Amino acid sequence: VIQVADPGPQTTVQDLGRAGHLREGIPPSGPVDVRAFVIANRLVGNPDDAAGLECTVLGPRFTVERVCAIAVTGAEASVTVNDAAAPQWATLVLKPSDAVRVGAARHGVRIYVAFSGGIDVPRVLGSRATYLRGRLGGLAGRALRRGDTLRLAPHTGPRRPRRLTAAEIPALEPAPEIRVVLGPQADRFTEEGIHTLLSNPYQMLPQSDRMGARLAGPPIAHARGHDIISDGIALGSIQVPGDGQPIVLLVDRQSTGGYTKVATVGSFDIGRIGQVKPGGRVRFRAVEVAEAHRLRSEFEQSLAQAAGGGVSR
Amino acid sequence: VALCVELGDAISVEINTRVRALEYLIQQKGPAGVVETVPSFRSLLVYYDPAQVGYDALCATLTTLAEQAETAVLPPARLVELPCCYEPEFGLDLAAAAERLKLTTDELVRIHSGAEYLVYFVGFTPGLPYMAGVPERIQLPRLTTPRVRVPPGSAGLGGAQYCIYSVESPGGYWLLGRTPVRLYDPEAAEPTLLRAGDRVRMRPIDRAEFDSIAAAVAARTYPPVIT
Repeated sequence: VIQVADPGPQTTVQDLGRAGHLREGIPPSGPVDVRAFVIANRLVGNPDDAAGLECTVLGPRFTVERVCAIAVTGAEASVTVNDAAAPQWATLVLKPSDAVRVGAARHGVRIYVAFSGGIDVPRVLGSRATYLRGRLGGLAGRALRRGDTLRLAPHTGPRRPRRLTAAEIPALEPAPEIRVVLGPQADRFTEEGIHTLLSNPYQMLPQSDRMGARLAGPPIAHARGHDIISDGIALGSIQVPGDGQPIVLLVDRQSTGGYTKVATVGSFDIGRIGQVKPGGRVRFRAVEVAEAHRLRSEFEQSLAQAAGGGVSR
Repeated sequence: VALCVELGDAISVEINTRVRALEYLIQQKGPAGVVETVPSFRSLLVYYDPAQVGYDALCATLTTLAEQAETAVLPPARLVELPCCYEPEFGLDLAAAAERLKLTTDELVRIHSGAEYLVYFVGFTPGLPYMAGVPERIQLPRLTTPRVRVPPGSAGLGGAQYCIYSVESPGGYWLLGRTPVRLYDPEAAEPTLLRAGDRVRMRPIDRAEFDSIAAAVAARTYPPVIT
């Protein structure tokens, strides 16, 4: 059992998400930065889809009541165990009543904490992921609160403590170049509008959340109106409402919407854009569908090998 | 990874029926690599796994299925009857809408509850039905100033479209009444009530019946009326 002394501003239970319910308006949820989440699970010997915590900007303080292993990945933050500094991207073996404190993100936004065995909350529609707006899944459909207790499932995987080398740790880039495929409504923008999107930096706004990354920069000009007949919104869709400011839709997105979508961020770059702090900048580069598929398969392969590879379920 | 199959560029029963037929064919035939589908008015968003199927191969498969969708026969639609209380406390815009339409509130309620509405698709928020089929006599442009908060269950009109809010959200539709039935209940085994292709009718109820149904819904003893 984990006793949560202070969860941080928005800490939720996530697993790899619930597929198949967008047609009912229920998004997949799951971690924004899948790579960091999966590596955390592997470091504690869990299957990739075991439930862990996603923390936003500031990590939690908690105490463990039995021997377990944890790993802290994602955004760069200080970690202490009983006030002694401990590394991120490493297996930390804890004993009963050890107190862990994860500090504020120095670089990046989303911090992940995995626990050996995984957090044991009921599966809802096949997943333990929290969908905050829908009050669904995770711990009673909400973010963690002070005083919550989290049960861990029995740990069955291997125990092989390890620490990633500096070269193995995914870089947190201050101004990442994000790869996009143009469309599906690129024809609703002027050529100049598309050029504006691809040649200027866009700044992350503080109102960004798990639903969407809101960006500010030179307005992207529409050719004929910003409204379309509402249709489905893919992960990474870049919506451009009337003000010309792009919104990249993420894991808790609305399933459908009525604004024009200029381009789609490749799934392999969702975690990178999700780690850009408010005030940070991103640039967009267009790639063809075939190139996007190649980048995705490259991403999948590197993920398959990360942290010594996955544990079979 | 997803691609979008567009079957038209208008809100019409014909185009939407083809969208739902295409989704039905995909459900029946299970083409390789398709992970999830999201129908909307005139298009079907198809999520797929590029490790299992290439873009060009999937496009070819979906083109063939889209052709078959023109004549495909869908399973019979469900008819869902939703009780709706049109008292002023819930129908916040009922009186204003009636005045603008030069109808009495009773006439507006009779026309609204006399029509049958097709659920084109469910989306935006969990369980929210996008419906059309609003009789022309009661069509109104959307509110000029949207409300910041519309309570769940509110039945709203905007142009030819009709929706019932499934969760508290902002909204620009004219609110005529409220149903005590939950269109989205995160604690239910099946959290959403309505599906694309359902037909919906509203049954006018008074405040006392609203309260008794609301109590049954809260106690999870209210069976939705579906035929």
